[in-house]
Amino acid sequence: MTVAFIVDVGLAILILFVAGWIVAVRSTFAAVIGFVVYGLLLSLVWVRLWAIDIALTEAAIGSGVTGALLLRTLSRISTVDTAQSANKSFRLIAGLFCAFISLAIALVIIALPEPAPTLAPEASAGLPAVGVGNPVTAVLLAYRAFDTFLEKVVLVLALVGCWSLAADRDWGGTPVLWRYSDPDGVLKFLAQTLPPIGVLVAIYMLWTGADNPGGAFQASAMLAAMWMLSIVAGLTRMPRTNDDRLRLTLVSGASAFLLLGFAGFGIAGSFLAYPPDYAKALIVAVEIPMTIAVAATLVMLVAGPPQRGGVS
Amino acid sequence: MTSATLFGLCGAILIGLGLFELITDPHPLRKILGFNLLGGGVFLVLGVVARRGAAAGYFGDPVPQALVITGIVVAFSATALAVALVVRLSEVSGRVSLTSQSSEQPHSDGAEG
Amino acid sequence: MKSAMILLLARDIFTIVTVTFGAFFFLAGTVGLIRFPDTLTRLHALTKADNLGLGFVALGLLPWAGGMVALKIVCVWILVQFSSSTASQLIARLAQQERPRA
Repeated sequence: MTVAFIVDVGLAILILFVAGWIVAVRSTFAAVIGFVVYGLLLSLVWVRLWAIDIALTEAAIGSGVTGALLLRTLSRISTVDTAQSANKSFRLIAGLFCAFISLAIALVIIALPEPAPTLAPEASAGLPAVGVGNPVTAVLLAYRAFDTFLEKVVLVLALVGCWSLAADRDWGGTPVLWRYSDPDGVLKFLAQTLPPIGVLVAIYMLWTGADNPGGAFQASAMLAAMWMLSIVAGLTRMPRTNDDRLRLTLVSGASAFLLLGFAGFGIAGSFLAYPPDYAKALIVAVEIPMTIAVAATLVMLVAGPPQRGGVS
Repeated sequence: MTSATLFGLCGAILIGLGLFELITDPHPLRKILGFNLLGGGVFLVLGVVARRGAAAGYFGDPVPQALVITGIVVAFSATALAVALVVRLSEVSGRVSLTSQSSEQPHSDGAEG
Repeated sequence: MKSAMILLLARDIFTIVTVTFGAFFFLAGTVGLIRFPDTLTRLHALTKADNLGLGFVALGLLPWAGGMVALKIVCVWILVQFSSSTASQLIARLAQQERPRA
């Protein structure tokens, strides 16, 4: 029983306590704040599980951007339960069902095969050909690059679905993020100081993601946060949803992947294949539009459907 | 018990808690929160599988880790779309509820959401 | 060498003492968050945890870090000061608007 294990037990108890609190607390606002705390604690767990890339992504997207999204939603809907809460017997049955599922998964965890099957040797054997040092980046952008390409498409699809929920008269208009009057200029000061640092950190995370923990998604979450900060402080305007440059930026990520994929036919023999000498250069070249596109998509997803100024 | 198994059990309980909130809470935003709790638990189980696959000089199998990263981003986009639907529902109907108007009667065994 | 051993011991003691101070301030901030009556006093307690607690913990970790990592730790503390002070000011303004002090 090492000290590290005691810390792990404490962390697990804390996470379960916060999760139970989210389920049990009456106020929805408190549940959302609890969810942000839950995401941050979860990223600590990822660090303990030696998954630093996941820790960065969970803190940035899972807790940060999702928290911003949920907080923005709270200000737009009434949080009073207008439906009757479920009756006691239904909750009991649901509770037993969920306990049964938890028990089943716990038994699976305990009965996981030993020695554990793993793809780490195959992943690390292919790294010299790809030219990157971080195996997670290699999996995301070389071995399973097709999945990452499809993920870009899923993001754009979710955004199109979001936009299509606007009223007909608002189509093509501007979403509203937050309206905030800032008489002391404090938020404006923060929005003038933080984004240069944030953009620098994002570029660093993108560049170093090739060999160290980091990568495109974490960098794009940072860029999205900086852009959202500038918009909320009033330094930049939220773009219109029929803005050509915005739409070009949003599709540029998936398009760059598609271009690279079809180019793979010519230069390396099959769709989305990389030639061995230029693999790292191509990966970085496709990561840059991907990061910018995902950042723009994240901001527009948090902003939601257009609310005003539609084309009539 | 290693720390990986401990976090795996923690993930199993999180799955149960998230599923419970998804099923029983009538407010749609709480259901979305439960869905995210459930997602966190599932990702934790995947991460435990990755941790146990430590080999070849790495501390974790990179393939499940990449799957979890993709999963976190996709879960966020699903949450965003679900949230947009809830907001639109609230704007159009004036209330936030998944039950239809006629079945909301204030009697003792109330309608479930 | 005796002096090297003394130096290592001094580093360990320094880290333990400063991180314990930091943990104490975090504890004080959390107790204040739970026990203080209204928003403004709770913010006052939280800034102690943010400022001093994080500062002491960061200070205690500095001897263990190389040059660049030590700089990054200090940058983390500075960035947290920026964001937490802005957030505190915004929340305090909102709290004062909702319940102006007599």
